[in-house]
Amino acid sequence: MTKPDLSIELTGMGMKNPTILAAGVLGTTGSSLKRVANSGAGAVVTKSIGIEPKPGHPNPTMFKLECGFLNAMGLPNPSYKEFRGELDTAKESGVPVIASVFGAHPDEFSKIIDGLDGADAYELNVSCPHASGYGAVVGTDPLLVEEITRAAKQTANAPVWVKLTPNVTDIVAIGEAAQRGGADAVVAINTVRSMAIDIHSGYPILGNLYGGLSGPAIHPVAVKCVYDLYQALDIPVIGVGGIANYQDAVEMMMAGACAVQIGSAIYDSISVFDDVTMGLSEYLVSHGLVLDDIIGLAHRKVGL
Amino acid sequence: MKPQNAVITEVIHETPTITTLKTDIMLDAAPGQFVMVWVRGLDEVPMALSQPDSITVQRVGEATAALSDMHVGDSIGIRGPFGKGFELEGDRILLIAGGVGSAPLLPLAQLAHAKGVDITVILGARTGDELLFEQQFSKCGRVSVATDDGSKGHHGFVTELMSQFDLTDFDQCYVCGPELMMDRVLDILHSAEMEARSQFSLHRYFKCGIGVCGACTIDPSGLRVCKDGPVVHGNMLINSELGRYHRDATGKKIGH
Ligand SMILES: Cc1cc2nc3c(=O)[nH]c(=O)nc-3n(C[C@H](O)[C@H](O)[C@H](O)COP(=O)(O)OP(=O)(O)OC[C@H]3O[C@@H](n4cnc5c(N)ncnc54)[C@H](O)[C@@H]3O)c2cc1C
Ligand SMILES: Cc1cc2nc3c(=O)[nH]c(=O)nc-3n(C[C@H](O)[C@H](O)[C@H](O)COP(=O)(O)O)c2cc1C
Ligand code: FES
Repeated sequence: MTKPDLSIELTGMGMKNPTILAAGVLGTTGSSLKRVANSGAGAVVTKSIGIEPKPGHPNPTMFKLECGFLNAMGLPNPSYKEFRGELDTAKESGVPVIASVFGAHPDEFSKIIDGLDGADAYELNVSCPHASGYGAVVGTDPLLVEEITRAAKQTANAPVWVKLTPNVTDIVAIGEAAQRGGADAVVAINTVRSMAIDIHSGYPILGNLYGGLSGPAIHPVAVKCVYDLYQALDIPVIGVGGIANYQDAVEMMMAGACAVQIGSAIYDSISVFDDVTMGLSEYLVSHGLVLDDIIGLAHRKVGL
Repeated sequence: MKPQNAVITEVIHETPTITTLKTDIMLDAAPGQFVMVWVRGLDEVPMALSQPDSITVQRVGEATAALSDMHVGDSIGIRGPFGKGFELEGDRILLIAGGVGSAPLLPLAQLAHAKGVDITVILGARTGDELLFEQQFSKCGRVSVATDDGSKGHHGFVTELMSQFDLTDFDQCYVCGPELMMDRVLDILHSAEMEARSQFSLHRYFKCGIGVCGACTIDPSGLRVCKDGPVVHGNMLINSELGRYHRDATGKKIGH
């Protein structure tokens, strides 16, 4: 039995397998990104990087729940100037390195992309649910998303992906805005706005009071978002949200994702990328399929 | 897990700057594991367990001041125990503790003592009255003391006391203290070809404490101090960032 080829070309970028480290997870330093790359990820996304150094929200910034994880990191980053060297270190891994970028307006995005030239792609974070003035505040306005995407495309010498927030009434409208702005792909989803309260004291637990939910709890939410985006858009959709094993990845691909990102599941093991890739490979062999057969399969089954 | 509620049952003033808080929660932890301690409405910071139900806090900033000022009946939130603790190996061990670095080493000394292991402790502090757990360590083995100002024991650093021993006599060496102290200890152990037989408890800026966010990783291995550590074998630290720089809350490198 020969192993199926899991290598893909995503927005013109070659990848040895369709698993990608999600933004903000083990992406603070070049050596950390390299470690994840060496443990099997097909590509890695950096922590979201901004104009100025930001310490992020006060602790507690993240904890585990029964159903997933709650976080409000608050986009901590050392600024694009300071991060430059980390990007170069990450690139030594040999896998594509995608720079995640956040800003308040189009000019900021352009400036950061310019300062982080050499990335294999740029992911515009217009979707962080808990950083005031950035992220989802930007990403819920279709006109602004279109403008930011256009500005980024003009500056970037590499593909531009736009990462979407599920915290909107209609994620498809935002995806369409990104596509109009010239995005090469969309990434869905960022975390789902949420909160937890300490019943012993009444205090909200997160330092920022509220934050974003990730992990298993949001997987079905992400599947629905990816399903809707695949149906409406012409550009590729990259699926993220609660993927922890190959079954989750297959499901996300059947909804329409051509690649998957994995974040929280690194909690269990950094080898999750290898595990998903191997499981995916065995799944395809045992079903006599290739990757392209499963991408969007759910749509073809119901005749859409 | 959400933070557990821990009510303070006893406050022990160990030194002018260090306080132990005993709580009503008994954690099943290995020596060297840590907890994230939530001071509600203020901050959450990593702390070693100095006993299964206690943390021992040095007052350095806002959160540690709030903890140091707590009274019996006050409560904190606790997540953990987390991380990889010390592994007890061999029949003859050396412990090197500087300042509040005694906190994770005390439960190790007690465990080793209960198993009949031969224990030598080199204990350092700035001044004699800042020595932490000297009496408790004395119950477990031999203790040599060094103080920066010479007010007790050897006048100087713990590293100078190391030369009084043939380090290769020890099966394993355990270290926790200020970064530059640990860096010098590593150099000495390295010269004695003891680096693989040594375990260091490291300190980096923690956010999640559970190995996901990446705030605490060290160069060039990318090891997460909160999950792959805080206890790391010395051979993993040769030519690392230890003693050269760490990263602050933004991720920016700060030189030592
Ligand atoms: C695994 C581990 C175990 C520790 N065990 C102990 C212990 O047993 N007893 C003890 O007194 N101290 C311990 N510390 C150090 C303790 O966490 C810091 O002293 C404390 O966080 C300081 O907080 P602050 O608000 O009082 O000070 P701040 O003024 O906020 O900071 C003072 C210094 O403390 C450090 N610090 C602040 N926040 C954090 C954070 N979230 N994570 C890591 N470091 C931080 C920074 O290096 C900073 O320079 C441990 C640290 C680690 C990583
Ligand atoms: C600790 C943490 C930090 C994150 N930081 C970022 C970030 O900086 N930028 C971003 O676009 N998404 C960030 N995210 C969102 C993830 O990239 C991902 O979209 C989300 O967690 C869902 O995937 P998962 O369930 O696999 O974690 C972060 C998530 C977590 C858990
Ligand atoms: S503190 Fe988040 S990975 Fe260690």
